[in-house]
Amino acid sequence: MIFATTPSQTVGPYFAIGLPWPSGPSAVPEGTPGTIWIAGSVYDGQGEVVPDHLLEFWQADPDGRFADLYGYGGSSELEGFRGFARYGVEDGDGSFEILTVKPGPVPGPADSVQAPHVAVSVFARGMLNRCVTRIYFADEGEANAADPVLNSVPEGRRSTLLAQPEDGGYRFDVHLQGPQETVFFTL
Amino acid sequence: MTEEAIEPRRIYDDVNDTPTSYRREPAEAHPPLDYPPYKSTAFRHPKQPLIYLPQTATEVTGPRLGEGELGELDNDLTRQHEGEPIGERIVVSGRLFDTEGKPLRGTLVEIWQANAAGRYLHRWDNWPAPLDPNFSGAGRCLTDDEGRYQFTTVKPGPYPWGNHYNAWRPAHIHFSLMGRAFAQRLVTQMYFPGDPFFPYDPIFNSVRDPAAQQRMVANFEIHDTVPNWAAAYRFDIYLRGPGSTPFEEAH
Repeated sequence: MIFATTPSQTVGPYFAIGLPWPSGPSAVPEGTPGTIWIAGSVYDGQGEVVPDHLLEFWQADPDGRFADLYGYGGSSELEGFRGFARYGVEDGDGSFEILTVKPGPVPGPADSVQAPHVAVSVFARGMLNRCVTRIYFADEGEANAADPVLNSVPEGRRSTLLAQPEDGGYRFDVHLQGPQETVFFTL
Repeated sequence: MTEEAIEPRRIYDDVNDTPTSYRREPAEAHPPLDYPPYKSTAFRHPKQPLIYLPQTATEVTGPRLGEGELGELDNDLTRQHEGEPIGERIVVSGRLFDTEGKPLRGTLVEIWQANAAGRYLHRWDNWPAPLDPNFSGAGRCLTDDEGRYQFTTVKPGPYPWGNHYNAWRPAHIHFSLMGRAFAQRLVTQMYFPGDPFFPYDPIFNSVRDPAAQQRMVANFEIHDTVPNWAAAYRFDIYLRGPGSTPFEEAH
């Protein structure tokens, strides 16, 4: 028998009561070699920041291995690597910042190789379900050019998925709507 | 590429029984992102079409969270302060399954809610209802080997909000489910049976199929009540299960 799924509902404005953890915005333990930051802001369709967003990030380690719940694909050997970060605060200003390491390439469909990427879930008041996007890295030109997912995105919109390198980290903004609307996926 | 390259085509990984793809859900399984009766959706939904994402190792894996990090009282919202919170003490329990009925074990369940007066302990909630010094309104636990979770709390009150004139939210508890894979991630709300505010709430009614609405409503369970102590509600949660769809062959 196949059961029906429980429907999604909005995370609402008050998730900060329960969902933030002290170590939430860190996908790696403090002091991990190669740590980078990824920071940016979330904007709505009027170009206003979304102060009550909740973002989650999921990624492989630099060897392309995950810290999967059940060890799928061979567990990450990077000490303390969680691969998951969550950013959401009670009194937000629309921005976010996480600490992580750059992921490695990950197998894709039909023997392809995916460029380094981070899966992102976007939640907020006014969003009845999450929106899913991906962060790619603008300085991975060759890998990005061969990435099957990026190649499935209309060329003119691919730049919305690219985090731009800055000193010690990367900048990535999310636009829920509007002329720079971020590419969102269905999976 | 790792040594143990992942084959994304099979539905199960033979070695550890991990689904290698999840059933794609029909659009109506969840509320639409653009739903005018809930006004805040207006500028917070994408207008461009969503792009098909093949399910790869990134989507069929999920984090290990909470193991060894949870406190003993994290799932008892009535014992997190010196005194007891005011309100109707309840036990909320249930099981977490995938849509094939397979229990999801060892995965993080998080809840947050208003107090018995309908007030959240959040600086943006300033409607004139009392805060309760003995109630924070947050809990978390890991599911056991049968996918079971359990919380002790007080029944939250309904509360007004600014969506439209005289708008009220039915009493609800927010639930966050990690599942076992990025593809299964779900945030939802649990409602109480027979709530008189249901017909007037655009968030509840954003799920338009009445049968689907009922999947967000807990059942009162006389057998789960604790005599002379707490009433009980049961709320089973189903996350998407393994499966492939014809779409996948297109890529």
